[in-house]
Amino acid sequence: MSRIPLSALIGLFLTGTFFFVAIFAQWLGPYGLNEIAGDVWEEPSRTFLLGTDTVGRDLLSRMIYGAQVTIFIATMATILSFVTGSILGFSAAVIGGWYDQVLSRLVDLFMSIPSLILALVILSVMQVSIPVLIIVMGLLDSTRVYRLARAVAVDIAVMDYVEAAKLRGEGTGWIIFREILPNALSPLVAELGLRFIFAVLFVSTLSFLGLGVQPPLADWGGIVKENKDGLVYGISAALLPAFAIAALAISVNLVADWVLNRTTSLKGGRGA
Amino acid sequence: MHPIVRLVLQRVGLGLVLLLAVSVLIFLGTEALPGDVAQAILGQSATPESLANLREQLGLNVPATTRYFNWLWGILHGDLGTSLTNGSDIAADIGKRLGNTLFLAFWAAVIAVPLAIGLGLVAVRYRNRWPDRLISGMTLATISLPEFVVGYIVMYLLTVKVQLFSPIATISDGMTLGEKLYTIALPVLVLVLVVLAHMMRMTRAAILNVMQSAYIETAELKGLRPFKIIARHAFPNAIAPVVNVVMLNLAYLVVGVVVVEVVFVYPGMGQYLVDHVSKRDVPVVQACGLIFAAVYIGLNILADVISILANPRLRHPK
Repeated sequence: MSRIPLSALIGLFLTGTFFFVAIFAQWLGPYGLNEIAGDVWEEPSRTFLLGTDTVGRDLLSRMIYGAQVTIFIATMATILSFVTGSILGFSAAVIGGWYDQVLSRLVDLFMSIPSLILALVILSVMQVSIPVLIIVMGLLDSTRVYRLARAVAVDIAVMDYVEAAKLRGEGTGWIIFREILPNALSPLVAELGLRFIFAVLFVSTLSFLGLGVQPPLADWGGIVKENKDGLVYGISAALLPAFAIAALAISVNLVADWVLNRTTSLKGGRGA
Repeated sequence: MHPIVRLVLQRVGLGLVLLLAVSVLIFLGTEALPGDVAQAILGQSATPESLANLREQLGLNVPATTRYFNWLWGILHGDLGTSLTNGSDIAADIGKRLGNTLFLAFWAAVIAVPLAIGLGLVAVRYRNRWPDRLISGMTLATISLPEFVVGYIVMYLLTVKVQLFSPIATISDGMTLGEKLYTIALPVLVLVLVVLAHMMRMTRAAILNVMQSAYIETAELKGLRPFKIIARHAFPNAIAPVVNVVMLNLAYLVVGVVVVEVVFVYPGMGQYLVDHVSKRDVPVVQACGLIFAAVYIGLNILADVISILANPRLRHPK
């Protein structure tokens, strides 16, 4: 913990800021989410720090509320994908046999189609709402977590202490949560950041295509979509949420890189 | 049979099995999920009669297995069904759009592949010096940007700030090749940017891996020029992984194309798919999903086959 590289510090600071803004959006937004406060596409000014959008809503407020929606969905989807992915992956490694085979081939099948295409196919018959988005994104992404968790757990499952636990008569649940999970945590934590970025990009892309977060709520991808027509006339409102997405992704990436370096430099990838 | 022919046939056979499984998955994804297609199309306020009518019209009263096999049978005969929203034949609609999409993806690939391999070689030659750092930095930036963001940044810079291109890439049959290429310049540029970074980074990694071999050291000690060592000694042995990388990224283009087409209003498959997802036109979505999946799986198999063919140990078994 003693020496954190500068890039990771910057990443941590920016990520923290984004999360702070997301959590306290209700108090930070100067105007309401859908409050029409000014003229269409006003230039940035004292009253509207970032200008206004396509119908005259304050862009800064929308960006702040958008951060909340984007980060909330991405976080929940990441949690869901990690919980399902790692539990299934660990249990596949511990139980083995046909259970492992069925799950692994099923995951292969899901991974043989690009997630975006599969998500579009599924969303075409679902009423799109935030819980549906979180579940679809989380489950599609859990295939990636499954692969990693299983690969890590297979190595651990053959360790002597796992065998000792089995001989002691511990059940599968104990072995997964008390023997494997603590030892597999660090590669999973390093992966967490990457999956989170992926979720942010994914939900933004879906919303941009008009198939993600639906109005009156707005996320960053949706704000790009609303304001894209102005771009041709030289109004750069659509680029602001785009930059926010990029900034969040890069800052989380910086942190994830640091965690990854730190955990791989420890012998056997274990420890903290 | 030559073992390599057997290996290749095995891969192709596996791919076909996979494709069949994917068709089941796509069918289940649209028809067996909680929720009713008819309800989804008509919305919550639909009357029971109109729901029943639509179900009848869609053939939803037939068991799902029968519907699946009818659908599959139709596809194998080139019949993709009819669109719900305008009743037109899906195969005819898709035919032209698929051509447009492949045209776009082809030019993106033609530019991106040599460029990525070339830059990868440069990055290896000057590894840990500024060209390598610069390339790595740009890689991080482009990986963190979703495709549509890259699209709008490029659009803003090249159509608004510098008025070089038109922001809308609509191509038609009457255009000459030159006009078409000029029209698709921006979407191609965006697609190139999207896949370039990843392809380059993995090319670099593949060649660096080979650079640790003893024969590279020999070549160095012989006094060969660094670029010659990389191009003549390291690169041929890195072909298999590099081809794999290239193919995986071309498969990734399939996804990129969907978003980029929407950004530039390009009349291709991606836009067609997205349009009909929001209209809840299930037959069109199924057909498009299957075609995208088929292209993706096809490219992955091609990557497998080429890397088998590029491996001399498999080509000339003892």
